Amino acid sequence: MSTHEPHHAPWTDERRGIVANALGVGIAVAAYGVSFGAISVTGGLTVLQTQVLSALMFTGGSQFALIGVLAAGGGAAAAVATSVLLGVRNAFYGLSMAPVLRVHGLRRAVAAQLTIDESTAMAVSRSTEHDDGRASRFAFWATGLSVFVFWNLATLLGSVGAGALGDPKRLGLDAAIPAGFMALVWPRLRDRRSWSIGLCAAAMALVLTPFLRPGVPVLMTASVAVVAGVLEVRRRTPEIDGARTDGGAA
Amino acid sequence: MTPVWWAVIGATIGCYLAKLAGQSVPESVLDRPLVKAISDALPVALLMALVAVQTFAVGQHLVLDARAAGLASAVVALLLRAPFLVVVVVAAATAAVFRSMGWAV
Repeated sequence: MSTHEPHHAPWTDERRGIVANALGVGIAVAAYGVSFGAISVTGGLTVLQTQVLSALMFTGGSQFALIGVLAAGGGAAAAVATSVLLGVRNAFYGLSMAPVLRVHGLRRAVAAQLTIDESTAMAVSRSTEHDDGRASRFAFWATGLSVFVFWNLATLLGSVGAGALGDPKRLGLDAAIPAGFMALVWPRLRDRRSWSIGLCAAAMALVLTPFLRPGVPVLMTASVAVVAGVLEVRRRTPEIDGARTDGGAA
Repeated sequence: MTPVWWAVIGATIGCYLAKLAGQSVPESVLDRPLVKAISDALPVALLMALVAVQTFAVGQHLVLDARAAGLASAVVALLLRAPFLVVVVVAAATAAVFRSMGWAV
């Protein structure tokens, strides 16, 4: 019923705006894609392996994590675990998108693959109240497909291009890997709490490095996230003994 | 198959299952404050750990080399709101200059 209501802005205009935004995000993401392709090949993966990651894994943070751990000499298990842990956030994106998308079967399988930072962010930025979620749905699909195409083309450009560059260390490409991770985490370092989590994890990884196989120290820092999560939940839910302390102070 | 292929395929399947889980499992399974809070903190912890290890480790040894200069320049670029590709290129170029000048290995 609500889909037949008149809209304030004509749907064709809104749709055009969404497509323009989706293309803009796709082009912006291409910059990551070129870096990923180049860093992956520099780290020892083949052009084919690199492309499989962009087409089938298709979630940047996890892709960078996998090649980062492998390049550092970490085992396959540690690389997989780190990569999948970073991909867990996509489950929560899917959770918020499912009621908007309302898809089943093959479409759900495709929607799942396109559930990433960018598509979710663009979809949730559209209100779902006045048009039954039509604009939000369209933003999800348009952004997901645009990012998929640009990400994969850019990956290929980067992986083939890096092979032609020559000695990676002389070009400083090994320094591009931590810089890439820094750029990925930067938008998430919003406040004192996120900085504390990040710096604790960094310190823990370095302290453990001499004692554990490469890749494992990074994995162990998931415990920092667990502790931070527990503390956050405790902080948000005022407990009985917390109230008692307040009462005593008053 | 090489270990790298196993890692590529295993992680790809794992990441896809995470995406699919969000679309498929009942909301009550994932929609818990503790699960959400841990999941929010995970990317920050893992990515910062990766930054540290990729900058200061070679295998199981801690070292200070040109990558540290690269990271410092990346942070400056980020503070100046540079886009991703610029950040990465600036870091690589800084490390390359440090090596060519003989200031660091």
